[in-house]
Amino acid sequence: MSHRELDDMLGTAWRKPHFVANPMLRWGLVAGFVAYLIAAFMTIEVDWGRVYEGLDRGAQFVLAFTSPDFVSRAGDIWEGLLESIVMTVAASVVGILISIPIGLGAARNIAPMPIYLICRGIVAISRALQEIIVAILLVAIFGFGPLAGFLTLSFATIGFLSKLLAEDIESMDRVQAEAIKASGARWSQWINYGVQPQVMPRLVGLSMYRIDINFRESAILGLVGAGGIGATLNTAFDRYEYDTAAAILILIIVIVMALEYLSGIIRARVQ
Amino acid sequence: MLRLQKLIKTYKTGDQALKAIDLEVPAGQVLALIGPSGAGKSTMIRCINRLVEPTSGSILLDGTDLAKLGATQLRKARRSMGMIFQEYALVERLTVMENVLSGRLGYVGFWRSFLRRYPQSDVDEAFRLLDRVGLLHMADKRADELSGGQRQRVGICRALIQNPKLLLVDEPTASLDPKTSRQIMRLITELCQERGLAAIINIHDVALAQMFVPRIVGLRFGEIVFDGPPTALTADKLTEIYGEEDWEATITPDDTDEDIEAAE
Repeated sequence: MSHRELDDMLGTAWRKPHFVANPMLRWGLVAGFVAYLIAAFMTIEVDWGRVYEGLDRGAQFVLAFTSPDFVSRAGDIWEGLLESIVMTVAASVVGILISIPIGLGAARNIAPMPIYLICRGIVAISRALQEIIVAILLVAIFGFGPLAGFLTLSFATIGFLSKLLAEDIESMDRVQAEAIKASGARWSQWINYGVQPQVMPRLVGLSMYRIDINFRESAILGLVGAGGIGATLNTAFDRYEYDTAAAILILIIVIVMALEYLSGIIRARVQ
Repeated sequence: MLRLQKLIKTYKTGDQALKAIDLEVPAGQVLALIGPSGAGKSTMIRCINRLVEPTSGSILLDGTDLAKLGATQLRKARRSMGMIFQEYALVERLTVMENVLSGRLGYVGFWRSFLRRYPQSDVDEAFRLLDRVGLLHMADKRADELSGGQRQRVGICRALIQNPKLLLVDEPTASLDPKTSRQIMRLITELCQERGLAAIINIHDVALAQMFVPRIVGLRFGEIVFDGPPTALTADKLTEIYGEEDWEATITPDDTDEDIEAAE
């Protein structure tokens, strides 16, 4: 019986089964997607005349990078950078410190249901509100300046880090933690010995990544009045001082790259 | 010393993993728990120290019913039950010494353990145990640098430093090669004898159980179907525990086994 089956199958071609089995549906989906794509592109209106005029301004902007002016507004740039760095470091430290307990609470495998729901709620709120919107709100409350920026970045860090930390805890090796529990450890010891060693490398890596993001965000937040290098950049644009703006952008790029390099080294060491 | 009375575990899915288990383990006795996968061996061991919550029944350890203890008392009771795991369950990113000392967590306060400032007596005992299993030179290595057999030795030290009355051993050799398996089983049974510990050892390898353990309990579908000395474990009994198979080769001690041991 089974030999008959085998004989029938020998010599016939084998193909991986399709993800969507029904060929009508499969080709219908592909055709629909292509049609949508074409329709979507057709809705984009390009005013080529405006583009032609704009090219000039774009060229000026790009040319400014060949002669960035670090000097004439050196004082402003330095002040802005310092403010951004202070904002970044303070917001990252505060954000990370708050994220850790929330991350623990948002991990389903170690937190009881009510705490889990509360922490997940905090994470959801923090992630739902975009930084710029939070910054505008906080600038309205606290006025222009780095305090609003610092609060915005701390708030955004909580959503980012708690969520990713919680997910790392949820995917940890349960047996290692179980072994610590079996020795009669209390809850705090269980976290310290059973959970922390498993998630530490990722926590450090994510924190470094978040510091990097916070610095970049601090440049954007200045545009809505939340202080930092972004405010200096905004002023430079307003004055059409593209060479100063170019200098600022170059500094931001250099600092971000330096942070990237640093975080690479740190992550390699904590593995 | 340990007595299980009508111990029942029903999982949320409705599976009855343990059907009214009655078992008595006197002080200092080492017993092997055999049975097919899914028979409830692991569940039974985990019900004893309540890593798995039993549905009903009692677990009497020196007269205390573990099933009725509150969180703090349970934590204290767990100190007297050392556990050894199949995949070693060492915390991989901690050092060997930290792993061994983590067996003392039930005895020391949070700050001492957080700062890794254990009492000198604990540290000395950790050194002594590591020396006993031949791993003293590995004390400051990270657990993930060790081989399987070495990890299991560290696991044994972690269980023993708790100063337990009872060892719960879950498939100690399932991830090890035959030679290391024997060494680990010998080490566990020797240490139990030295310290007068009782132990329940879950084990897949029937021949290994017969070689080292004086009492064997067979579990099938959550019920005890065999309880006796290794010599009483006949082919018929194995069929009753595991189902139909040719058992003769499993229970006849093989001459090559003796050769391997002599060569060690």
